[in-house]
Amino acid sequence: MSTTKSNYSRPLDFKNGCVEMSHGSGGRASTQLIESLFSPAFDNEFLRQGNDGVTLPAPPAGCRLVMSTDAHVVSPLFFPGGDIGCLSVHGTINDVAMMGAQPLWLSASFILEEGFPMADLQRVVVSMAQAAKEAGVPVVCGDTKVVERGKGDGVYISTTGVGYVAAGVALSGDRARVGDVILLSGTIGDHGMAIMSQREGLQFEADIRSDTAALHELVAAMLATGADIHVLRDPTRGGLATTLNEIVRQSAVGMVLDEAAIPLSKTVAAACEFLGLDPLYVANEGKLVAICAAADAEKVLAAMRAHPLGKEASVIGKVIEDASCFVQMKTSLGGRRMVDWLTGDQLPRIC
Amino acid sequence: MKYVDEFRDGALAANIVSSITHEVKPEHTYRLMEFCGGHTHALARYGVLGMLPANVQMIHGPGCPVCVLPIGRIDFAIRLALEHDVILCSYGDCLRVPASDGMSLLKAKARGADVRMVYSALDAFQAAVKNPQRQVVFFAIGFETTTPPTASIIKQARAAGLKNFSVLCNHVLTLPAMEAILTKPDGVPLDGLVGPAHVSTVIGSEPYQLIAKRYHKPVVIAGFEPLDMLQAILMLVRQVNEGRAEVDNEFTRAVTPQGNRKAQALVDEVFEVRDSFEWLPVSGLKIRPEFIDFDAEARYPDLIYRSVPDNKACECGAILRGEKRPQECKIFGTVCTPENPVGSCMVSAEGACAAHYTYGRFREAA
Amino acid sequence: MCLAIPALVVELLPADMARIELDGVRKEISLALVENVAVGDYVIVHVGYALQRLDPEEAAQTLALFAELSGAAAA
Repeated sequence: MSTTKSNYSRPLDFKNGCVEMSHGSGGRASTQLIESLFSPAFDNEFLRQGNDGVTLPAPPAGCRLVMSTDAHVVSPLFFPGGDIGCLSVHGTINDVAMMGAQPLWLSASFILEEGFPMADLQRVVVSMAQAAKEAGVPVVCGDTKVVERGKGDGVYISTTGVGYVAAGVALSGDRARVGDVILLSGTIGDHGMAIMSQREGLQFEADIRSDTAALHELVAAMLATGADIHVLRDPTRGGLATTLNEIVRQSAVGMVLDEAAIPLSKTVAAACEFLGLDPLYVANEGKLVAICAAADAEKVLAAMRAHPLGKEASVIGKVIEDASCFVQMKTSLGGRRMVDWLTGDQLPRIC
Repeated sequence: MKYVDEFRDGALAANIVSSITHEVKPEHTYRLMEFCGGHTHALARYGVLGMLPANVQMIHGPGCPVCVLPIGRIDFAIRLALEHDVILCSYGDCLRVPASDGMSLLKAKARGADVRMVYSALDAFQAAVKNPQRQVVFFAIGFETTTPPTASIIKQARAAGLKNFSVLCNHVLTLPAMEAILTKPDGVPLDGLVGPAHVSTVIGSEPYQLIAKRYHKPVVIAGFEPLDMLQAILMLVRQVNEGRAEVDNEFTRAVTPQGNRKAQALVDEVFEVRDSFEWLPVSGLKIRPEFIDFDAEARYPDLIYRSVPDNKACECGAILRGEKRPQECKIFGTVCTPENPVGSCMVSAEGACAAHYTYGRFREAA
Repeated sequence: MCLAIPALVVELLPADMARIELDGVRKEISLALVENVAVGDYVIVHVGYALQRLDPEEAAQTLALFAELSGAAAA
């Protein structure tokens, strides 16, 4: 048998190299990118099989499958407290967790822009891998495509998550009932203001870090209390106000909130004041809203506060009868106002 | 936040509301106009309106610079951006205002115009410095609070010898607007006015003597926070009860009788009053001939201003004069919503329609 | 037109600028419209400019006014 010397191939230049069209075309360059970066970073038994797809075990008797998907197009890619990589892992884990399911596996698809620095890609992938590892949810399959320079924003990441939900757990946005209590796991507006602080033209310095985090273990702790929880949702884009408006519409109820009870950090409050933004509409990436039967509120609150991601959890309102499905709020001044749907994108005001 | 949180205290609010409730004469209706759009927004956002006794009615005035901006001016800015390839710098408030042909500055941006949101006039100046090969136009709006910064950057641009910077000036004046409201035949009857907060830090409390003396209406200048507004309402109620028509200042921590002389001088150096304009009931400023190099209207003479009437069903005009309430406009909340605004009162965060729709419409449904 | 916020001057900078702070948020703003502002003063900031210095004594007096009960209410 003749021995052939394996062709020498130049290693990927992670210091000064850039993503090229060939990295997405499925040939040698693609394979090299996968083998030098993605596979070692995400490394797990599924990826090591080296197939296009992955076979996963069926759920145990009584359990059902839960799936969720999310695309991540955040700009800037790197921000105080996180980056697009860990965000894409946390976001999808959270979506699965909000169904009351245990997130088990993730897939990740990358759309890279030609010219995107290899060093940045490495940073993103390493961050993603670390987030996945810490959460105990591996990335088991993926895909990479490259688009021409100018047709992307550096990198877009799409993640899909799969998990199992136990029998008898039925969390859904249409299950909020009159008399239920509304709980919030912590301060609002941190992620959105961390991003804003990096936007050109609005530059201000502030010690605001994104709250991006995987919430599945907090959810597990809350479900373990056996409490009668009806809805779980993480208020991401559009903020707390959008999430609550979605729920009132789905459940055909109303809500009354207590502004003074909504956790808000001083610095986020000040940053919002400067820009004329309402923190109720600013994005979060590591918080959840829980709506549960009033009798169980204390129990759920205690479980949340006992977990590091729920230390500042608080009861922020209750569900009421309302044919118009408004979310109302008692202001810290003692008056009443509505908390309406968001209109377009919040833009900073001068007046 | 110091000097902010204390002025939002719920217990103190209850105290002032209690005083107002005790002091209003039950047989009298107190019709008070809050002139400033920022005050309109604050009243709605903190739920102050629902805390007042029923016979104290707050009527929203025209002090919202976006609301009084004629559609034709935005068209002008859009054409500059699309046809002349300028870097068009604008405050966030203006970006969504509906212009002609279903356009807006934001939509122009989606079509490729280089429209950039700025937080400060300084940012527009910096854009000109950083892009010497491009023309930069600053779309300047605002009452007297926002005018001094524009004056300052025009002078700064001259000192720096910038050749690629100009300003499209849409600054407007408070006192003429107040007078227009008070002199309009069949205008809305008023018992008093809440004077704007930050405009007054610049112009001082003295100018309002004109309103008190000539029109015999009490004016109380109020700070920006809800407690300031409640206290100002109480002070107006007292003046009405006592038959007085004086200028009173609740915002003493930032407003003096003379105001900010330095800012006033800067404005006077750079701007002069326009002869006429189709602004709703306000009058406007234009750049003086000495600074013509920085006047976008002079730099782009081929762009002729075209006046565009408001949509026929739109009641922004009447609402800005306090003659109608938002809910009295036929298209409020149906055709015209913050998502699909027909008039600027609905798109501007300070507009009476937007404030009512966003914070207050639940009261009608109840 | 109106959105302005009181903030603490923490540092004076060249070219008539200053660094202000409000509960951990720091920004550079222009002092071109005011005079004799010192570190430790509070100023009202609007669109990146200081418009006026805030008078702490007047602020305290205004707060005291809020706490006063009207004659009838006190009864």
